Amino acid sequence: MTPQVIQLHTPLGKEVLGLHAGDHVELSGTVYTARDEAHIRMQVEGIPFDPVGAAIYHCGPVIKDNKVIAAGPTTSARMNDLSGFLIEKGARAFIGKGGMGALVRTQLKNRGVYLAFTGGCAALASSHMTVQGVFFEDLGMAEAIWAIELDHLPLVVGIDAHGNDLFDKVMQRAKEEYTRISKEGNPVGTKI
Amino acid sequence: MKTPDDTVIAASLADATFRAYREAVIRLPPDVLRVIRKAAAAETNPVACGEFVNILKNVNEAERLGVPMCQDTGVPVVYLTLPPDVPLTRDLYEGVAEGVRRATREIPLRPNVVDPLSRHNTGDNTGPGMPAIHIHPGEKFTVTVLPKGAGAENVSAITMLLPSHQYGIEGFIVETMLKAEGRPCPPVILGVGIGGTFDGATALAKEALLLPVDEMTSFEQKICTSVNLLGIGPMGLGGDTTALAVKVKTAGCHTASLPVAVNIQCWANRHATVEVKR
Repeated sequence: MTPQVIQLHTPLGKEVLGLHAGDHVELSGTVYTARDEAHIRMQVEGIPFDPVGAAIYHCGPVIKDNKVIAAGPTTSARMNDLSGFLIEKGARAFIGKGGMGALVRTQLKNRGVYLAFTGGCAALASSHMTVQGVFFEDLGMAEAIWAIELDHLPLVVGIDAHGNDLFDKVMQRAKEEYTRISKEGNPVGTKI
Repeated sequence: MKTPDDTVIAASLADATFRAYREAVIRLPPDVLRVIRKAAAAETNPVACGEFVNILKNVNEAERLGVPMCQDTGVPVVYLTLPPDVPLTRDLYEGVAEGVRRATREIPLRPNVVDPLSRHNTGDNTGPGMPAIHIHPGEKFTVTVLPKGAGAENVSAITMLLPSHQYGIEGFIVETMLKAEGRPCPPVILGVGIGGTFDGATALAKEALLLPVDEMTSFEQKICTSVNLLGIGPMGLGGDTTALAVKVKTAGCHTASLPVAVNIQCWANRHATVEVKR
């Protein structure tokens, strides 16, 4: 029942290249939150932290008195077209919910991974986090880049460095299943 | 003309709204928790099992720390039940809004309400037409708060079927979930409104989310089984449970119409009801 959990620590290196979609991992060390606005700002002004081996967390946290109150993942797909430069500069992992699509899947090949965190789990996330610092604070609490220390945050590999994408695989199967049940008998379409 | 009574009632209603909001964002209703636990115990996909572990730990942490279980604390959808001796006045609307403002400050909630075009954030989760307030007559004076997050709301849908295409109801619901993919934070609860008018069907679909989710009619169960055949699973990572429950509400409709609305709700089917003190 309890799957094997692989321990990871930032800065990340080539160890992430050996991960496979579906692996359970726990991530410790510093991660950087970034949403749409921070991605745009970083492309203009530069990355305010060392991107080599970095993990970027798609999250707009609620911080109060320098403590993390709530910090669940936001929808990563909004950053699909904004993430290539981070991988170019050496980032090794994106963390978020919902997956990232074909472009990022290709960009991550032989370079890095996408780690999925359970949507809605803001309270659980905050109990594994400590605030270390903040960049671009003028963007507002949700859009600023927060440097956050993680203590064994439980994640699953959604996209690996071999091009395997769990989200894409699941949706391909769902579409096949929908086509099958629509044709067969008519389980999808019953009289009341 | 405002009477002292009206002011007292509005203040009590504000207090009850605040308490219902706090309860809703911190603790899941027992029936919702039961279906999540049941699905977690039955799940066979190891990735999905891990997601369920996180969800259940998160529910515990939110209660232990007294903080919202999700940072998207939604927009306020409010249902009022008025007994015969409570008159429907503008003060009631103001009482609910005051409760929402207090909840936003004190819990705290994320300020989510903006103008739809300028996108200006009011900062207190109120605005024209918001909170969304629905009023029904009843015996007790109660307020129910259903905070609705955007992820699941954004992939909800309505269709106007031909009355002769009743067989298409289930297909539309399954197709709505297929198109939603992992975006509404599954495992979801599907509120379904059948009948009424174009707008009425969507209101029924949302009200269906308030029904007990640990029991289903054979019609609801049949749809739920078909949705779960998709295998989208918790967070779109695959698994046996895509929908925890399907709940249907119906209303009379035009003989030439068959409206069907699906209001998708994430696993956090948050709602709480508090009786207004008088």
